[in-house]
Amino acid sequence: MNFIVSILLSGFAVTVVVLIPLIGVGVLNLRILFGIVIPYAAMATFFVGIVVRVIDWARSPVPFRIPTTGGQQWTLPWIKPSHIDNPKGTLGVTVRMIFEVLLFRSLFRNTSLEYRRTDGGPKVDYEWEKWLWLAALVFHYSFLVILLRHFRFFMDPIPGFVHILESLDGFMQMGVLPINGLNVPGVFLSDMLLMVALTYLFLRRIYIPQTRYISLPADYFPLFLILALGFTGILMRYFLRVDITQVKALAIGLFKFSPKVQGGIGVIFYIHLFIVSVLIAYFPFSKLMHFAGIFLSPTRNLSNNSRMKRHINPWNYPVKYHTYEEYEDDFRDHMIEAGLPVEKGAGSPAETENKE
Amino acid sequence: MADTPKPEELSKIDHRPPLMKGWMDTPVDIKQGIYCYGAKAKNLAAVDMPNARDWNPVEEDWKLPENWQEIVHEGFKDRLGKFRSLKLFMDICVRCGACADKCHFFIGSGDPKNMPVLRAELLRSVYRKEFTVGGKLFGKVAGARDLTEDVLKEWWYYLYQCTECRRCSLFCPYGIDTAEVTILGRELTNLLGLNTDWISAPVANCNRTGNHLGIQPHAFKDMLDFFADEIEDVTGVRVEPSFNRKGAEILFITPSGDVFADPGTYTCMGYMMLFHYLESLGLDITWSTYASEGGNFGYFTSHEMAKRLNAKMYAEAKRLGVKWILGGECGHMWRVLNQYMDTWNGPAAFLEEPVSPITGTRFENAKSTKMVHIIEFTADLIKNNKLKLDPSRNDHLKVTFHDSCNPARGMGILEEPRYVVKSVCNNFYEMPPETIKEQTFCCGSGAGLNAGENMELRMRGGLPRANAARYVHDKYGVNMMACICAIDRAVFPTLMEYWVPEVDITGVHEMVSNALVLEGENERTTDLRGEPLAGTEDDENV
Repeated sequence: MNFIVSILLSGFAVTVVVLIPLIGVGVLNLRILFGIVIPYAAMATFFVGIVVRVIDWARSPVPFRIPTTGGQQWTLPWIKPSHIDNPKGTLGVTVRMIFEVLLFRSLFRNTSLEYRRTDGGPKVDYEWEKWLWLAALVFHYSFLVILLRHFRFFMDPIPGFVHILESLDGFMQMGVLPINGLNVPGVFLSDMLLMVALTYLFLRRIYIPQTRYISLPADYFPLFLILALGFTGILMRYFLRVDITQVKALAIGLFKFSPKVQGGIGVIFYIHLFIVSVLIAYFPFSKLMHFAGIFLSPTRNLSNNSRMKRHINPWNYPVKYHTYEEYEDDFRDHMIEAGLPVEKGAGSPAETENKE
Repeated sequence: MADTPKPEELSKIDHRPPLMKGWMDTPVDIKQGIYCYGAKAKNLAAVDMPNARDWNPVEEDWKLPENWQEIVHEGFKDRLGKFRSLKLFMDICVRCGACADKCHFFIGSGDPKNMPVLRAELLRSVYRKEFTVGGKLFGKVAGARDLTEDVLKEWWYYLYQCTECRRCSLFCPYGIDTAEVTILGRELTNLLGLNTDWISAPVANCNRTGNHLGIQPHAFKDMLDFFADEIEDVTGVRVEPSFNRKGAEILFITPSGDVFADPGTYTCMGYMMLFHYLESLGLDITWSTYASEGGNFGYFTSHEMAKRLNAKMYAEAKRLGVKWILGGECGHMWRVLNQYMDTWNGPAAFLEEPVSPITGTRFENAKSTKMVHIIEFTADLIKNNKLKLDPSRNDHLKVTFHDSCNPARGMGILEEPRYVVKSVCNNFYEMPPETIKEQTFCCGSGAGLNAGENMELRMRGGLPRANAARYVHDKYGVNMMACICAIDRAVFPTLMEYWVPEVDITGVHEMVSNALVLEGENERTTDLRGEPLAGTEDDENV
C-alpha cells in the first residue's frame, strides 16, 4: 500500500463519516439515533475502552527498571547529577513526566539529518528542527482550549473559566477578518491554530519522504477526522449558524442523562456531533491512546536507581547456570598445573575433552 | 571483508525511501556484508536452546520447525503478558518520524527498514494481525499482516541490524525503545533457533569457560602473565595479579575482549598497573577465571540466557567471600549490571556496601548491587589525590571521548570518564554535542554485530561516529578516541581505518596507566604500545 492509497482510503472513510449523518438526519430525520443513541454509545465506548485498555497494559508487569537515561547519573558527591533527565527518585521522575506530558520535552530534542558528500567523502550534520514539536504542541493545546470552551454548551450557568478562556482566545476579535461587519462572531485564535497545525502535520507527513513511507491509513484517518471536526465547527460558528439554545438544551440533556431531542437544529450540527462520536469511539482502539500510554512508559516513568534499590520482577524464576563446581571439574588439572587454586584436589572426575 | 565497498562507493546513500511502493510490498533481500552467519547447532545445543540446527540465512529453506508460527504466536503472547514495555510499544506509536533519522544504521545505509519506527513496525504489523481486533478485521488497511516465512526472514534480518543503542528512545515523545523491541524480537527468533553464530558461539563459550572468547583458566592466567611481562618491559616494574583468591576484599570482572585483542589489551594492562599501584595503599583485589567475562552476549539472545551468564558474578563473589565487585570498562555490560543484575540474581546480601579501601568513599549509588564501575572508582581516587599522575606522558595524544551507548543511555555515566581523561592528558577536545553524551552515536557493531562477515553493515552503522571523529580530527588534530567499552576497542580500529585512518582508539585506563607514576619505575620513553612519548623523539604529531 502506498501513501496515495492510504490517503484515499482515509479520505473515503471520513467522507462516509460525514455522509452518514447527512443522510441519517438530513433525509431520514433520525434525530434520536444521531442526537442521543450514537453519542451515548460513543461515550460509553470511549470511557470503557480507555479503562479496559489501560487495565490491560497495567496487567503486564514491568519486570526491569529500564529508564532511558538522558543525563548524568547520581554518583560521587562532587559530580553534578541531572535530576530530571536521569532521575534518582520520585521527585525527579515526576518532573520528568510533567515535562514530557505538558511540554513534549523529548520531541523538543528533535534534530534533522543533513547528509551530503563533499570531495567524495560523507558529511553528516544535524540541523535545528523544532517545527514538529511546535506543531504538536500547538495542535494539542488548541484542541484542549476548544474542548474547554465547549463547556459553554454543557453547563448552565457557564463556568467562569470558559469566559476567561473565550476572552483570551478571542483577543483577535476586532478587525482581523473583513466579515466582521457582517454580524459574524469573533474569531477564536485556537480554531485557526488547530487547523493550521493539523494542516502542517498532514503536509509534513506527505512531504518528508521518511514519514510518507511509514504512514499508515491509521495515521491519516484521525488527522482527516479532526480536520473535518474543526471544519464543521468553524462552519457552524461563522457561516451556517444553528440554534445555539437548542444545541445547549440537547447537550445539557445528554450530560444530565435526561436527553430530549430538539427539533430545530441544523444538519451541520449532527455532522459535527457524529464526527466527535466516531472520534471518541475510535480513540481506545487507535494510536490516539498514546495520551494514556505516555504515563505508563517504562523508559520515562522510572527512576534510575536500580543499583541502589533492588527492583523486583514478579515473574523472576530460578535459572540453571554453569556452576563453579562444574567448571572446576572441567578444567581442574589445567588449573592445578597453572597454579590456580582449586576447591577439590587433583584426580577428581577426569578431564573431559578440552577442545572448543 | 574483501568485497566491502570503498568509502567513496559506500557513502553514496539515498535517504529517500521509494515513493510509490509501500514497505509491506517490498520483500526482504538478505545481502552479503550486512547479515551475520546463522547460529550453529552445536553452540545452541551447548546451552539447551531450542531448535538447534545448522542453517544458512541466504538459502531458501531455513529448516524451521513445522509449527513455527504457533511457537512465535505463543512466544509473542507470553511476552506481551510479561513485559508492559512490549505491549505499550506495540500500541502507542503515532509514526511521527522523530526517530527515523536518529538511527546510525539508517543514516549510514538509507535502508528505510532501518528507521527505528519501521524496525518496530515489522513486529507491530504481525502483532496487529494476531492480537488486535482492528488488525484481524481490516488486515492491511489497519497496518496488519500475516506472519509468513518472508516476514520472519525480514524480522531476523533487521532485528540483527540493530545495536540496541537506544538513541531513538531518547528522541521518542513516548519513550518507545527500539532496543526493547529488538531484545524481545530476538527472543522470538531464538525460540526457532534463529540466532547469529557471532552471538551463540560466545554464549556457549561463556557458559563453559567463563568468557566469550573461550579462554580456559590456565590460558587466562598465561595471558595476564604475558601482560605483566609487557608492563615490565615498559616500566621496569613487575605486577602480580592474583586469581580466584578466596578472602580478597574485591572481585574484579572485566570483558574478556580486553584480555584478547589490541588495543583492549593495553586497557587490561592499565587495570593491572593501577591495581599494583594501589596494593601498597591497601587494595586487596582478585581476578576470577570462572567469572572472567564482564560482557553478556546472552543479553543479545534472551533475558533468560543473559540471566544465566550473569549469575556467575554473584556466585563467584559468594564463593570467594569478597566484600564487593569492581567492574571494568564495558558498554552493554554496564547496562546489564545497572538495570538487570540485581533484579535477576540479587539480592546480594552476602556482599557489603562498596567502600573504596583507598579513599574511604562509600559508593552509595551501588549500595544494592554492590558493584562499582572502575571509572567511578578511579575518578574518586584522582579527586582524592591518591594517584601520582604525569599527564604530559600523554602529550603525544590529542584526545576525544566517545560515550558508549549503554553507559550513556542505560546508566548516565558521562562526567566520570571525562574527569579521568582530562586528569591524565593535556589535550582534550569534545566532538559536536549532537554526537556525545546522551545523544552519542553507536560504534555500529554493538549487540553482537561485531562479526567479520557483516563488515559493510558495520562501516555503515559507524559512519555517524566516524564523521564526528573526522570533524575533531580536521579541526583540532585529534588522533586518539578514548572510550570505556571493550566492543568499542575491538571494532573502532577497523572503522577508523576505513573512514578516519588518522584517529586511533584507546581505553581510558590505558591512558591512566601511561600517566601513572609507579613506585620504582624506570624513566618511560614509550607508552604501553611502544610508541615514543612526546619530547623523547622529535616527531610532533599534528
